[in-house]
This record gives sequence, structure tokens and C-alpha cells, in this order.
Amino acid sequence: MSTQANTMTAAGKSGAAEAAKSGIWVGIAAITMSFAAFTSAIIVRQGSDASWQHLALPPVLYLTTLILLGSSVTLEMSRRGISALTAGSASGEGGEAAAGGLRWLGGTLGLGLLFVAGQYVAWQQLAAQGIFLATNPSSSFFYVLTAMHGLHVLGGLAALGYVLRKLAGARPALRRSAYEAVCVYWHFMGGLWVYLLLVMRMRL
Amino acid sequence: MGKLFAVILTIIALVSAVPIVMHTWWMPQDISAHGHAIDEQMSETMAEAGFSFLAAQLLLAFFVWKFSNRKDDGKIRTFPGGAKGLVAAAFILVGTEMLALGVLGQKAWATVYFTPPAANALQVQAQAGQFAFYFRYPGADGKFGALHPDKIDEGNQNYFGLDPANDVEARDDIVTGELAVPVNREVHLMMHAKDVGHSFYVRELRIQQDFVPGLDLAVHFTAVKTGRYEIVCTQLCGLGHYNMKAYLNVMTQEDFDQWMKQKASEQ
Amino acid sequence: MQEASAQQVHQHAPPEGFIRKYVFSLDHKVIGKQYYALALVAVFMGMALSWLMRFHLIWPNSKIFGLELLSKVGAPGGVMTPEYYLSLMTMHGTLMVFFVLTNAPFAAFGNYFLPIQIGAEDMAFPRFNMMSFWTTFVAFVVLVLAFVIPDGPPISGWTAYAPLSAVGSDAGPGLGWGQNLWGISIAIFCVGSLLGSLNFIATTLDLRTKGMTLMRMPISTWAWFITSCISLLAFAVLLPACVLLILDRVAGTSFFIPAGLVVSDRLQPHAGGSPLLWQHLFWFFGHPEVYIAILPAMGIVSHVLIASIRRPLLSAKVIIYSMMSIGFLSYMVWGHHMFVSGMNPFSALMFSFPTLTITIPATIMTLIWLGSLYGAKIRITPASLFALGFISMFVSGGVSGFFLAQPSLDIVLHATYFVVGHFHMVMGVAAIFGVFAGTYFWFPKMTGRMMNEGLGKWHFWLTFAGTYCIFMPFHYLGLIGNVRRYSAFVDDFLVPLLPLHKFITIAAFVTGAAQFLFLINLIHSRFWGQEAPVNPWEATSLEWTVPSPPPFDNFGGKHPVVYHDAHQYGVKGSRGDYVMQDSPETVVPES
Repeated sequence: MSTQANTMTAAGKSGAAEAAKSGIWVGIAAITMSFAAFTSAIIVRQGSDASWQHLALPPVLYLTTLILLGSSVTLEMSRRGISALTAGSASGEGGEAAAGGLRWLGGTLGLGLLFVAGQYVAWQQLAAQGIFLATNPSSSFFYVLTAMHGLHVLGGLAALGYVLRKLAGARPALRRSAYEAVCVYWHFMGGLWVYLLLVMRMRL
Repeated sequence: MGKLFAVILTIIALVSAVPIVMHTWWMPQDISAHGHAIDEQMSETMAEAGFSFLAAQLLLAFFVWKFSNRKDDGKIRTFPGGAKGLVAAAFILVGTEMLALGVLGQKAWATVYFTPPAANALQVQAQAGQFAFYFRYPGADGKFGALHPDKIDEGNQNYFGLDPANDVEARDDIVTGELAVPVNREVHLMMHAKDVGHSFYVRELRIQQDFVPGLDLAVHFTAVKTGRYEIVCTQLCGLGHYNMKAYLNVMTQEDFDQWMKQKASEQ
Repeated sequence: MQEASAQQVHQHAPPEGFIRKYVFSLDHKVIGKQYYALALVAVFMGMALSWLMRFHLIWPNSKIFGLELLSKVGAPGGVMTPEYYLSLMTMHGTLMVFFVLTNAPFAAFGNYFLPIQIGAEDMAFPRFNMMSFWTTFVAFVVLVLAFVIPDGPPISGWTAYAPLSAVGSDAGPGLGWGQNLWGISIAIFCVGSLLGSLNFIATTLDLRTKGMTLMRMPISTWAWFITSCISLLAFAVLLPACVLLILDRVAGTSFFIPAGLVVSDRLQPHAGGSPLLWQHLFWFFGHPEVYIAILPAMGIVSHVLIASIRRPLLSAKVIIYSMMSIGFLSYMVWGHHMFVSGMNPFSALMFSFPTLTITIPATIMTLIWLGSLYGAKIRITPASLFALGFISMFVSGGVSGFFLAQPSLDIVLHATYFVVGHFHMVMGVAAIFGVFAGTYFWFPKMTGRMMNEGLGKWHFWLTFAGTYCIFMPFHYLGLIGNVRRYSAFVDDFLVPLLPLHKFITIAAFVTGAAQFLFLINLIHSRFWGQEAPVNPWEATSLEWTVPSPPPFDNFGGKHPVVYHDAHQYGVKGSRGDYVMQDSPETVVPES
């Protein structure tokens, strides 16, 4: 079955198989641009506003950062097993590796969900201090950036779930490039988060 | 058919150029000290743009006339010099043209924006709000009172939000609905937006500057001809945008002093 | 394996049922036509709005039949109020810029022809493609909803400058829910455009058929590819800007609203925002948007022109590199919209030079087009007329850019009809001419029927002369200082200009009416037109190797092989003076 998928991929449609990979990089370019726009907005706002009050970030964010970075590690750990799966050797030793790969992938999904929950906790903590979206410019940016990043992470989680569902079935079928694309995107989400954390932490 | 295209295009190109050459519709007379630089730049640019326009349109018309629906069964020929010649021509001709315009234009821009206002310039504050301009002179003490947006009360003609009860500097401020300035004296106009974005545009003065809420902007100019000129708003500001205007009144120094005295007594 | 088999089904069998075939279709050709239809609806709406506006400017107190049905508040007794003029103006601009000029030349033709021209069966991500159209459609519906809500459409113009657009209904009619709908619509539109651009880029990079090197792609494909790169980055900036604007409006944030604003006697509860931030973000998108409209038109026109003059352009490469440099420069010039907006006057100069520099690639392209006409055998058809008309319009709209690129002249010309004339000619009319050229050229391929040539030519003459009659005088008005976005001319110096405005209005009515010739032609030819052969124009690119209209998978399951670059004309070919791109024969120069 998955061999068949691969054969089909090889039969002159190699371009289509690669498309997911270039597609994800193009998407990353667009997302980068969007967050660059947000960043420039922050710089302008801090520059034009003498009464800027910098927000103290809730400490739980450092924990969520670790969780998100950890999820990138678990995703990398899944790579060997998934390779076995997409290569079609899902029996014997390959089968064990494949099962391991799926577990790591599941772990990644779990950590991702934990990250989102952690972000929500951070919001709750700020709200408990009486700091909301419209309280001051700094808090506005905090909520907007975390929400925007969170939305993109949710998209990544949906993609991870899709990959997991496709691979965990009785007859796994997924283009290798789709899995690679999800990996690239997920690592990018981690990097983006670290960047955003720095932007929100520092006074620019 | 190609010939018809050529004829129509030629007519359009020539007719379009007539009002420009004849100055049928042109900028109004310039009453500012800095405006001649802008006007010269305009003529310069018009000459270059006009030449490019006519040359390109007439060439297009000529080529279409000559090479459409050819019956001569002739061979395809290539433009002498090919692409390379044209690219080089574009780089050299247009490049220098644009560089020249850019550098010359910089001078005209610099006279407006890169020179500080003279120390003895007449200080006036302009406020733009939906849909009127107001002007404020500092009065005898030469100082403007502070603005308090919460004190704005149009019913009581407190357009700027002054607080004369507590603020000594505000007491002698003169607020008017028209901008009166003495001729040949530099004016330093400080711009304040009350609500949304507006713009200060006096065609004859060759001055246009936006009012941006939250931003302290200023322009300075010297009017060299007496008369009344329209100040209009050019930044879309709401339903009354088209009707938002005031007058710039350029007077002799004596008339201006007289006017000032009278306004001060009216406050 | 399910995935793979589904994939196979998608590749080889057309979908069944009306909904999958014509509504939620994954076929890029159907999606292209859907974009075209949406743009067609939007362009006639936008044109009707411009008629209403032009009428109001000349006869401000006259009743307009039926207008009261559109809005009782905006047109009590059928007479338009000044504020409703601004509402219609905002909608005109938004519909035209987003739903016509972005959709028609780029999304519509690009979707239909980009995959075929590179020898692909479909786009790289057909599902994304379907989503991108339907997102755009939702954006359109949300925008048009503004007509029917009590608040009416916003009056802040298509540029939606803050704080007018941000402080809410205190600032005027249409600035409550009308402006909200506008912001939401544009945000959704951004998402649709991003999906579309992503698809175009991935498709061009990965789905080219054997032998189709990048430099062998037709210029039109290049134009769509470059445009999708521009559009990807531009809409990625407009989207966050819209999000922030919406938050300012509904969530009480102050991204664009500074402290101390008193609007309608109410002190606004905001502090610390920057109105210029909106302008920077908006124009960072807004200027590239001009090229999103014009570059595909340049590509289409080049494509049409080459087939019509029976010779390759003097250099296709130069055209492609020029388009690339225009695309690149378009990101460095946004500030020229803000010369008098209170931006640092030194940065005005920094924006002026790259703007003037754009003249160089633009001139190069013009000279290449003109030089290619020399010694050619020009065939006059409606398509080639519009392509030639495009060159004329591009020049006319381009030279007025000389003025607006200079901050010193912008002092005089900013926010006048000169600007309106400039951008209508270069990004409005020129881009639409590209769409017309593309339509007359590709209609046979898209429908299998020819368009009526006589009607098409009449359409061209009226439109060509008409648009000059409308937009040339705009420049004269601008020189006098006629301010744009005025719903009536009450200033002393504007009243004497009314006769010129009357001339423009009449020209607009005639030119607008001429567009119905096009509409009639389109509809009539679709059903009763002469049947089209595979290659009616003796053109060389891959779309002319497949039946008219092309089958579901374009090439009947085969993968075409490409042997030449896309424009082999003026040669000794086996069929005439051209050699098809997929023909293995060697190309023999004519002389």
C-alpha cells in the first residue's frame, strides 16, 4: 500500500510530491512577513509613546517555551520510525521502529496541546492581575502576539493530528514530503515563539 | 484598422498636450517666497514628461500604422540595435533624467522642510477639527496657553480647550476662524489635529501639510502678495470634508496690527 | 493508501455532480472562471457606483431613480447626501482594487492558465485553491453586506486612514458596523490571497513539465509568478494591519489612536496610538498592490502581443528582469504616498529616489514593446488592440508618476485629481485593458467559442477614446488644485471647473455604457459564438495544444514535453511562421 503510494510518487509526479515542501517554505515566508509587520508596529509604538509601560511577562511562559522546544525534540525523535513507515517496511524490526515513531509523534502532539494550555494559563494570570487586551499598549501587543502565534500553533497541531491519523491507520498512507513539511512548520513555530518572547521581553 | 488606431492615438496625444502647452488649466499664481522653486520644478518635469508622453505615443502610432496588416508579405525585421540598444538608451536617458529631477526636486523640497523658521517668525497655531479650521495667536505675552482636550466646548467657543481660569498664558490667546498674516513676514504654523486626520492646503502658497492626531507638526512660509486665499482640507476627514475651509488673509503690516488689535478686544 | 487512490481519482476522472463540478470544484479552470465571474460582478458594481458619484458631482440636487431603494438614509427622496457619496466612493475603491484588479488579471487568468502553460494537470494544492476562491467570495459578501446594514458603507475611503476609520461611529456615518465589515472583509480577503499566492508559487516551482525550464515559461506565467511573490508579502502585512484596526474598533485597544482626541464632542478613551503606523502598514501593502494589478496585465499583454505581431519580443528576458526589479523596488517606495503626511522630511527623499528609479525598468519594458513592433506583422484583433491600448495607457499613466515621485511637486499635487488620474490610468485602466486583451485572446480556449470581433473592436474604440476623455482631464483638474474625495465643489476656485467635470461625467456615462457591449459579447458568444478551433491565433504556448475548452486534467493524462521557449514566432515552422512549444522540430529562422 504505502509502496504503491511511493510508486505513484515516483511516476513522473515527483514535482507534486515536492510541492508540499516548497509550499511550507513559502507559507513560512508569509508568516514571517506578518510577524515582521507586528514587530515594526511594536517598535513604532514604543518610539512614539512616552508613557509606554512595559509588561512583566508571566513566568509560566518560560515553562511553555521549554515545552514547545521539547516538542521539537520529540518530533525529531519520531523521524526514524516514520521513515520506516513511509518506506513501507512496517514489519519486524521496521515495525517496532514505526510504532516508536508514532509514539514520539503522539508525544509531540501532547506537548503541543500542553503549550497551548500553558499560554491560556498565562492569559488567566494576567487577567487575574487586571491586565487585559485594552489595558495598555504593551498588554495589547502581548495578547495579540500570543493569540496570533497560538492560532498558528493550533494549525500545526491540526496538521500533526492529520499526519498521525494517516500513519496510525491499519493501512498507513502519507507522502513523505507532507510529514517533512509538518516538521519544518512545527520547528518554525518553536523558533517564532522564542523570537516573540524576546521581542516582548525586551524594550526595543 | 491599424491605421485607424494610429490616427485616433495621434489625435488623443496631441489634443491631450494642448491644454498643457497653452496653460489652459494650470497652477494658480504663486504668492509664496519658496514657491518659484516648486514652479520651476513643475515646468521642468512637465517638459520631460510631456516629451516622453508624446514621443512614446507617436512612436506607437507610427509603428502600428506602418506594420499592421502588412500586405507586402515582407520579412520580419528587427529594430536596429535590438534590445541592448534600447536598454542602454533607457538607462542613460531616463536614468539621467530621473537623477536630474530627483536632485533638482530635492532643492525645492529643502526650502520648505529643511530650513528652520526664522527666530522672529510669527507664531500661529492651527487646529483642524471636523469640519473647520481655527487659528490661535499667542497674544501680548507671546506664549500659547496649554491645551486641555477635555475642556473643548464649541458652544462656548472654546475650540482649542483652553483654561483661562487657571492658565495665565491662555488668557490673552487670540482665537480666530481665519488665518491673517502680514505680508513678507515669515509665519511658523504649528499644526494640531483635534479629532481625525486633516490637511492644510493653500494652492497659491504652495503649501500642503497633513494634520496628524497626536503628532506635533509645523510648517513655515512667507506670503509675498496681499489678498484672500482659500485654505482647504485635503485629507478625507468625514462627511463634511468637501465643505471644510477657511481663508488665508495676507495683509500689510499696518492692516495686520489693526486686525490683531481688534481681535484682541473681541476675545 | 486511501490518500493515494483519492489522488488518482482526482487525476484521471472528472468529479461527478453539479456541486463538485461547478461550485466547490478543485479544478483550477473552474476556479479561474469563478474568480473571473466574481470580478465581473464586482467591476459592474464598481462602475455603477462611479456613475452615481459622477452624476452627483454635476447634479447634486437631482433625484437618482431607484437610489432610495439602496439606502433611505443615504439618499432621502432619491437625492444623494454628501456622506453617501463618500460611502459609495469607499465601496467603489475597495471593490475595484481588491475584487477586480487583484482578482481578474492575477487570480482569474492565473488560475486558469498558469498550470496549463507550464504543462501541469492542476495547481499544487487544489484544496487550498478552492478555499482561496471561497474565502475571497466570503470577503466579497461581507463587504457588500455593508450596503444593507442600517449604518451603511464606511466613508473613510479604500485607504481607511486611522483614526477616522478607528474611532467608531462618533466620527461619522458608516464608521460603526460599516467600517467593521470593511475591516473583516479585507482581512478575509488577505487570507484568500495568501492561499492563492502560496499555490501559484509552489505550482510554478514544482509542477513544471519536462523541458519547461524557468526561462522557457511564457512571460504571462512569469508575471503571475512574480506577482504571487509580491502578493504573498504584501497581504501578509495588510492582514495584521487589519487585525489591529479591528481590535482598535471593537476591543478598545489603541494601536492607531493617540490620546486626547475629541470626536463629536466626546473625548475618546484611547491613548498612545500612532495614526502614521496605519499609513505605513497600509502603504507597505498598498504600493505593491499597484504592481499586483499591473504586472499580470503586463504579462498578459506581452503574451497577446507576441502572438499578434508574429515575432518574439526583442528580449523576453529583459521584460522578465524588468518585472522582477519592479517587484523588488515596489517594497522600497511606500513612503511616496506619505510625503506630506508628517513623516520625517528626510525619509521623503529616501522614498523619492527608488520611486524615480522604477521609471527605468518601466521605460525599458515600454521600449522593448515598442521596438518589437518595428518590422513586425501586426494582426489587428480586439485582443491586440487592447494590448496596444495598454501600452498607450501605461505610458500616459506612467509619465504622471514623474511628478508624484517628487516630494516637492507632491506638495502641490497630493490629494488632488492629478493623483486620481494617475492611478486610474496606470493601475485601473491599463490593468483592465490587460484583462480585456486576455479575455478576447483566451475566451476561445476557455469556452470553445469565438467572441464577436466587430463588437469587440467597437468596444475597444469606445473604451480607448472614452477612458482618455475621462482621465486626461483629471490631470488638468489636479494641476489647478482640485481636491479629491469632495462630494461637492463649493470652494470659490472649484466652481468654475464644473464644466470640465460635466464633460468627464458625460464621457464616463458613454464609456461605461460601452462596457455593456463587452458584457453582451461575453454572454452571447458563450452560448451562440462560432466554434473555436484548438489554436485560433496560431500561438505557440501549451494552452494552444489542448482542446478548447481543455479537458478536466488538461492534457488527457499525458505529460507534455517542451522543446523550445514559449515564443517561437517569425520562423519557418511546419505549420506556418511559428513552432509550438511541444513540437520536437528544430526551429529554422525565417531568413
